[in-house]
Amino acid sequence: MSRVQEAMGGGPRPSAASRGGWRIVARKEFADHLSSARFAILVLILGLSGLAAVNSASSEIREVAGEATGAPSIFLFLFTVAPDRIPSYFSLVGFIGPLLGIAFGFDAINSERSQGTLPRLVSQPIHRDDVITGKFVAGLGTISLAIVVLTSVVAGFGLFRIAVVPSSGDLVRLFSYVLLSIIYVGFWLALAIMLSVVVRRAATSVLAGMAAWLVLTLFSGLIFGAIAQAIRPAPDTTDTALETEELLANARLELALQRISPTELYNESSQMILNPQLRSTGIVLSNQLDRAIPDPLSVEQSLLLVWPQVTAIVAGTVVVFTIAFVSFMRQEVRA
Amino acid sequence: MTDTASGPPTPPPAVETIGLTKRYGEKVAVDNLNLRIAKGEVFGLLGPNGAGKTTTILMLLGLSEPSAGEARVDGLDPTRDAIEVKRRVGYLPDSVGFYENMSARQNLEYTADLNRIARSVRTASISDTLAAVGLSDAADRMVGGYSRGMKQRLGVADALLKSPSIMMLDEPTVNIDPEGVNELLALVRSLADDRDVTVLLSSHLLHQVQAVCDRIGIFVAGRLVANGSIDELARALDDRIVIEVGVEGSGTELRSILASMPGITSVTSADDGNFLVAADADIRTELAAAIFAAGLQLQTLARRSAELDAIYGRYFDTAAAADEKSEAS
Repeated sequence: MSRVQEAMGGGPRPSAASRGGWRIVARKEFADHLSSARFAILVLILGLSGLAAVNSASSEIREVAGEATGAPSIFLFLFTVAPDRIPSYFSLVGFIGPLLGIAFGFDAINSERSQGTLPRLVSQPIHRDDVITGKFVAGLGTISLAIVVLTSVVAGFGLFRIAVVPSSGDLVRLFSYVLLSIIYVGFWLALAIMLSVVVRRAATSVLAGMAAWLVLTLFSGLIFGAIAQAIRPAPDTTDTALETEELLANARLELALQRISPTELYNESSQMILNPQLRSTGIVLSNQLDRAIPDPLSVEQSLLLVWPQVTAIVAGTVVVFTIAFVSFMRQEVRA
Repeated sequence: MTDTASGPPTPPPAVETIGLTKRYGEKVAVDNLNLRIAKGEVFGLLGPNGAGKTTTILMLLGLSEPSAGEARVDGLDPTRDAIEVKRRVGYLPDSVGFYENMSARQNLEYTADLNRIARSVRTASISDTLAAVGLSDAADRMVGGYSRGMKQRLGVADALLKSPSIMMLDEPTVNIDPEGVNELLALVRSLADDRDVTVLLSSHLLHQVQAVCDRIGIFVAGRLVANGSIDELARALDDRIVIEVGVEGSGTELRSILASMPGITSVTSADDGNFLVAADADIRTELAAAIFAAGLQLQTLARRSAELDAIYGRYFDTAAAADEKSEAS
């Protein structure tokens, strides 16, 4: 065996054999995730609430089916319609999806530390970045699997309820939406992995992740609304043109601040992708809609509209993962 | 370093460090370390906790970057050829850990995969290494239920799995019961003798290092204060050879014998009535003969300087004193 190793070392650097270490890490982590209790629990939660959302949406669609004969992409209404206070499927994913990312990332590195497996792992013939890359890929794979399976099940159930055949355009939109959801949850995964690098204790790391989740999903409207109000107070009346301008400025600022949150970006772009009748993600005034022809957008146009949002989510993911990556590479192996 | 340039290819030493230094801010963890370990040697890095042993090993593995100086493992630079170095070195970390929800075999399967051991031979080599450390019966139990000693042995198996040419064992005997220690040390010795593996073993426990190592480096506060075989170490600290001698009854007659013996430089009496004799050479045989000739009953005759305890203690005392001084300043 050692002679073989020496023969390998004798030539130029055995780059081929040293590459792809992340795949071995990812394979092990992926298997761990799939057999873990948290995977089962989260899929169950998301699955049940998703089914409930689509169920109530389909009831609503059936009720108004008579009036909606002309509407395009009825199939996609399954994911966006939200009657009876049950949130729509896409806003459920926007809200619960982050938990999926946090669950598969919050203890990625610090558990290796606390178990004492990290020194052993990085002393194997792999690059150190293979560890964190492999873990990110495994988490992303798990998330993708969960989202694809859940959305397919939910879509199948909805189809059965409303019996409307989706067009090919609808399927492209649904596919894009699934991709968007994976990217969005990927952001939370990267955030959780970053926390697992920076925070030494898994319990603290998961708390920090949950805090970020609550702030960016539930309370972002409250917080950013208050900030916008402080900077650009909205007038009480809108009698004069100036006051209207001020109100608009306040609304624009609040929207801009809201867009710091990936959840806001995700919600905006999901709606745009799933609903061809939406034409803008920004503020639309009624006079701008005057005499506009209610013509649905093509898939390409919808995708073009959400491009900035998607780019922002991807950029956020890259930034957060880079922080995780760099701080992991600079950390001492020993605690 | 000059022998690598030309001439017949002399194999590089298994481990070599030149002025290796590691600083953490103000603190110097490893201070200008010059070390050379030949192939097939068992080298013991002996020192108290926090002396920089683990830091040294991490630098040799390329897991920690030296602040200054360089290291060579099998002639390779661990910072540049980290992968190749890690392929050749089996490392048992200080307080080794495993995935607790996996069995010993599953843990080793992961290691085997990371080392690109082909699936066809994987099962066999895992069984072999588990047998070598005596864990065959517990192979399919979850590691979570393992005792510290079993984990330690599994750690050795984990390091052995890649068929390393060098083993670096960081405090391998900590947390193991005495019987386990003996088994482990015997295993280490057989690795060097039968498989020609170079072993670098760090420990703060003197007797274990003494029992198994060819050479020892005493490492205190980041500095290698002594380095060599046990005899060499003794001589380095003190040229004289000290012999403890004692006879039954009062020592007056013995004292006169000692006074007449050639080669004795000084005689001091120990607390228990024995004498500590400093000499230029090992004169135990001559001494014994003289005592018998005088008709005395020999009770004690032992060479003190060969005992590492005293040396170790003395090195540590000096280092501790220096430490206190630096802390006070």
